Amino acid sequence: MTLERRQTPLRERLKIPLMLTPAMAVILLLFLGGLVAGLMQSLGYFPAAGLTEFTFRHYVDAVTDRNFLVSLWTTFRIAFSVTLLSTVFAVGAALVLRQRFPGSRLATFLFQIPLPVPHLVAASAVILLFAQSGLLSRIGAALGLINAPGDFPAILYDNASIGVMLSFMWKEIPFVGLVVLAILQSVGPQYEELAQTLGATKRQRLVHVLLPLIMPGVVSTWIIVFAFTFANFEIPLLLGQSFPTTLPVQAFREFQRPELTSRPKGMAIAIVLAVITVLLLIAYRRLARYSRST
Amino acid sequence: MTSTPTPGPAPGPDQAVSERLLPERRQINWLRWATVTIIVVSVVLPGVSLLLRSFAFRWHYPDVVPGEWGLDAWTYTIDDTSRVFESLGNSLRIALLTTTLALLVGMPAARALGQHQFRGKRIVEWILMMPIIVPALVAAMGIHIVFIRLGLTATVLGVSLVHLIPATPYFVLVMSSVFANYSPALEETARTLGANKIRVFRYVTLPAISSGLLVACLFTFLISWSQYVTTVLIGSGILITLPMVLFPFLGQGNAAVAASITLIFVAPAVMVLILTSRSLGRGSTVMGGFGKV
Repeated sequence: MTLERRQTPLRERLKIPLMLTPAMAVILLLFLGGLVAGLMQSLGYFPAAGLTEFTFRHYVDAVTDRNFLVSLWTTFRIAFSVTLLSTVFAVGAALVLRQRFPGSRLATFLFQIPLPVPHLVAASAVILLFAQSGLLSRIGAALGLINAPGDFPAILYDNASIGVMLSFMWKEIPFVGLVVLAILQSVGPQYEELAQTLGATKRQRLVHVLLPLIMPGVVSTWIIVFAFTFANFEIPLLLGQSFPTTLPVQAFREFQRPELTSRPKGMAIAIVLAVITVLLLIAYRRLARYSRST
Repeated sequence: MTSTPTPGPAPGPDQAVSERLLPERRQINWLRWATVTIIVVSVVLPGVSLLLRSFAFRWHYPDVVPGEWGLDAWTYTIDDTSRVFESLGNSLRIALLTTTLALLVGMPAARALGQHQFRGKRIVEWILMMPIIVPALVAAMGIHIVFIRLGLTATVLGVSLVHLIPATPYFVLVMSSVFANYSPALEETARTLGANKIRVFRYVTLPAISSGLLVACLFTFLISWSQYVTTVLIGSGILITLPMVLFPFLGQGNAAVAASITLIFVAPAVMVLILTSRSLGRGSTVMGGFGKV
C-alpha cells in the first residue's frame, strides 16, 4: 500500500477534490449561481427586460412599499411563533415518549407519521378539520357546543394566521421532538437519577438538569425550523390572508407579474429574504460551535 | 455533547432510585394519556376526514358522517380532464430523475465527508449545507432567466435540476453520516483477496450501506415530490406536477376532489412509513431526516 501510494501521489492528492466536485458543482452553479444571478437582477442588471444600469432603486422600491414592513413582521411573527410553540410541545411530547409504557412504541410511531408527509397535505387536512363547516365544527355541533358554522372560530385566512401555524406545527413538532428524543436517549437517565439522589424535586430536575441537556442540540433545530417556516411559500398563500401576506409570497407575486420590469423588485425582496437566512446560518454555525465546545 | 464522566451505576443504589421514581411516574400518568391522546387524534383525524370527504357525495352541515356516499370525486380525479394522471406521471419522472442525479453527485461527496479528514472540510460542509437554511426559491428565481435561455424551463430536466438544490444537501447529509459509521477495512480485505472495484462495491460496500442508502433515496424522492413553488417557476405553468393540480382545489375548489387528490399525493409518504416502520417504534430516529420534506 505504502509503495502504491508513493507511486501515485497526484492521484491520491486529487482523490478528495474529485469526489467533492460533482456535489460542489451542483451547489455552486445552481444554488450560488442562482443567488448571484438574482442579486444582479435585483441591482437592476436585467438585459432581458432592457435594464442594464446598476441601481439600488429596486431595493428602495421594495423596502418603502407599504406592504413590505407589514409582510416582514407577519413572516417573522409566524416563523417565531411556530418555532417557539413547536419546541414547547415537542419537548413535552419527547419527555413523555421516552418513558416505557404499554403502547409507547405505537405512540412513538404515530408521533413520527407527519415527518414524510408533504406540507400541502397538512394544509389540506387543516382546511377539512378547521374550516367553519369542517369536521371539528360538526363535532362541536353534535356535542351541542355550537349551533351554526359561524359560531366556530374563523382560524383560516385570519389575522393571526392560526391556520398557517397549525399546518406548520403539525410537521415541525415531530421534527423537533425527534431531535429531543435522540438527545435524551444519548444522555441516558444517570444525570436525573443523580439529581434525585441529591434531593432535587421533579421540577428542579426538569429545569436544572433536563432542559440544559436538551437545549444546545435543540438550538440548531430551531434555526432550521425558523428558516424553513420563514421562507415557505405555499402554506401562507393557501391558508393566510391575502393582505398582509408573507415575504416569500410577496416576492413571488412581484416576480410573476406579466411585465418583466417588475422582476427586479420581486428579486430584491427575495434577496432580502436570503440575506436574513444567511444571517441565521451564521448564527447557526456559531451556536453549533458553541454547543460542541460545551 | 458533554465530556463529564457518567456517574458509576452501582447496581444497588441504581435499583433503589428506579423504585423511588416509580410512584412519582404514576402520579403524572394523566399527562402521559393526554399526550398520547393528542398524538393519536392529530394523526388519525386528518386521515379519517380526508377519506370521508373523498367518498362523500352529500355531506350537509352539521352531519359528522356524510349523508350520501359516492365515487364522484374519484371518478373525476382519474378522468383525463382533471390532469391528475398527467401530473402524477410528471411528478414521478421528476422525482426519480432528481433522486438519480442526487445519488450520482452526492455519493462521492458523502463518502469524502464521512470518511476523510482534509483541509477546507468545514468550508465544503458550509457550502454544501447552505441550501438547508437559505431558501432554494431565491436561487430558482435568480436562475429562471438563465434556464429560459438554455431551454430548460418547462422540461423535466430543468425542474429536476432546480429540485437538486434542496435535495443534494440532505442526500449528502444522510449518506455522510452513513459513511462515517462504516469501516472501509473490509473493502481493503476484499481487494487484497483479488476483488476488482465493481465487485468490492457490489459485494462489500453496497450491503453495508444499503439501508442508509434506501433512506437517503426515499428522502430525496420525497423532497422533490413535495416541491411546489420551484416547480411552478421553472415548469412555467406548462409542466404540471401533482401539487400544482391539487393547489387550486384546496382554496375554493371542490373539497371532495381536493381530498381525493391529497390522498394520491400522500401515497409515497405512506409507503415510506411502511418501509421504515420496523425501525420507527424502536427509538430509532431515522425519520428525523424526513422532517424537512
